[in-house]
Amino acid sequence: MKTPIYFDYSATTPVDKRVAEKMCDCLTLEGNFGNPSSRSHPFGWAADEAVEQARKDVAALINANPKEIVWTSGATESDNLAIKGVAHFYHKKGKHIITSKTEHKAVLDTCRQLEREGYEVTYLDPQTNGLVDIDQLKAAIRDDTILVSIMHVNNEIGVINDITAIGEITRERGIIFHVDAAQSAGKIEIDMQKMKVDLLSLSAHKIYGPKGVGALFVRRKPRIRVEAQMHGGGHERGMRSGTLATHQIVGMGEAFRIAKEEMQQDNARIIKLRDRLFDGLKDIEEVYINGDMEHRVPHNINISFNYVEGESLMMALKDLAVSSGSACTSSSLEPSYVLRAIGRNDELAHSSIRFTLGRFTTEEEIDYAIKQIIDNITKLRELSPLWEMYKDGIDINAIQWAAH
Amino acid sequence: MAYSDKVIDHYENPRNVGVLDKDESDVGTGMVGAPACGDVMRLQIKVGSDGVIEDAKFKTYGCGSAIASSSLLTEWVKGKTLDEASEIKNSEIAEELELPPVKVHCSVLAEDAIKAAVQDYKSKQAK
Ligand SMILES: Cc1ncc(COP(=O)(O)O)c(C=O)c1O
Repeated sequence: MKTPIYFDYSATTPVDKRVAEKMCDCLTLEGNFGNPSSRSHPFGWAADEAVEQARKDVAALINANPKEIVWTSGATESDNLAIKGVAHFYHKKGKHIITSKTEHKAVLDTCRQLEREGYEVTYLDPQTNGLVDIDQLKAAIRDDTILVSIMHVNNEIGVINDITAIGEITRERGIIFHVDAAQSAGKIEIDMQKMKVDLLSLSAHKIYGPKGVGALFVRRKPRIRVEAQMHGGGHERGMRSGTLATHQIVGMGEAFRIAKEEMQQDNARIIKLRDRLFDGLKDIEEVYINGDMEHRVPHNINISFNYVEGESLMMALKDLAVSSGSACTSSSLEPSYVLRAIGRNDELAHSSIRFTLGRFTTEEEIDYAIKQIIDNITKLRELSPLWEMYKDGIDINAIQWAAH
Repeated sequence: MAYSDKVIDHYENPRNVGVLDKDESDVGTGMVGAPACGDVMRLQIKVGSDGVIEDAKFKTYGCGSAIASSSLLTEWVKGKTLDEASEIKNSEIAEELELPPVKVHCSVLAEDAIKAAVQDYKSKQAK
């Protein structure tokens, strides 16, 4: 077993070797290096063919028409294109947008920008299990609401929103529905024939494809329009100009093709490992699972270890590559806004660790992680004045702390 | 975040972890920080009749730099008079541990902790 062990598959995944091979075939003189827009020679034709095959593979995973796929540089760009694109195109219909407080920054900051441009945005409070409250969403809809943007799976706590139910509501009210599916594609079923989603953001690097490429699904029936954010040669039917990055796109296509084929067996294996990890940790005193355990992707577990600060825990767990909701790991010195939004107090947000497993995680790695965590929690709690107070029966919340 | 070797050393082998009896008249206790901010330091000193710090103990909830700052501080204050201990500056701690700018607040907290412990001891003596 090699250390450090990677438990941060939601941050990014390694590129699958099968994907890397295909990508390498699209770079050099010997390979498929042409510009897919070159119509006048076989180099262009071959590149175009590879890009269109990838488009089919990406569409197939979400049961969409390949014509509904627009290549982008990643889910961040897809979110920007979807939200700004709709807001700008449909502004005469209204200027109100609904989203949630636990969205990725790519959605939240895009909405903030639109607020500066004069749009109004409602940020829904999630329930304590991390899920959007459908009734609250319904109640927030106004006559001038043009767009609802809700993520499928949350990147920090892995909870799955009921986008099928939300789609029914938005479609009935004639509101466009955007879903950030960066964390759900390849992990749970996405079916654009069944789900009334109008725009869907995808990223390659969360599912064993390369970084720097993604896609936006733009529904054709009923037809959804977006104003381009990138102008130029009119690629992607004018929605996103720029020479298509053949190797990146081919990589994304292959990653999505593999995901469609192997998702079920991957999930079956990963959920066993996740449960093994959970079982190994759940008996530690004062541990809290963040987010709903039932409506959750198989590979995520997010735990707060009370009275231990997250960054010091990560430092102790130096053989485990994990991420934390602790302020100390962010440049803003604010603890995770997602954990705060679901009602976790600052202490629990500070002491949270996210483990995300993936295709290459092994049982041996899980067992090693459990031992490391238990040993280090014990060590750090011996160092923690808060743990001592807790053990002495002192109510920490009753103390007047001087905030600094 | 990359830590200096000194931070890692103090973090992995913290010096003087523990508790002194806060009710003893020769013990001063300083507890600073707040759980909500992600760091709480408790520093305790035991002072001899000659006004020299004989022993020091700490417990810290916080990041590696906070743990290292308090661990280092317990080493530094032992053998110092109360006045000498109160003069320890956060910048000296930050420099010794090579703390990056975002972690300087950990050394500030350590400075606050020793000041609070000395203050606590002095107010006990005044009674
Ligand atoms: C939910 C969500 N949306 C958007 C993104 C951004 O994706 P990308 O890195 O492809 O821009 C991420 C990944 O960080 C994510 O988890």
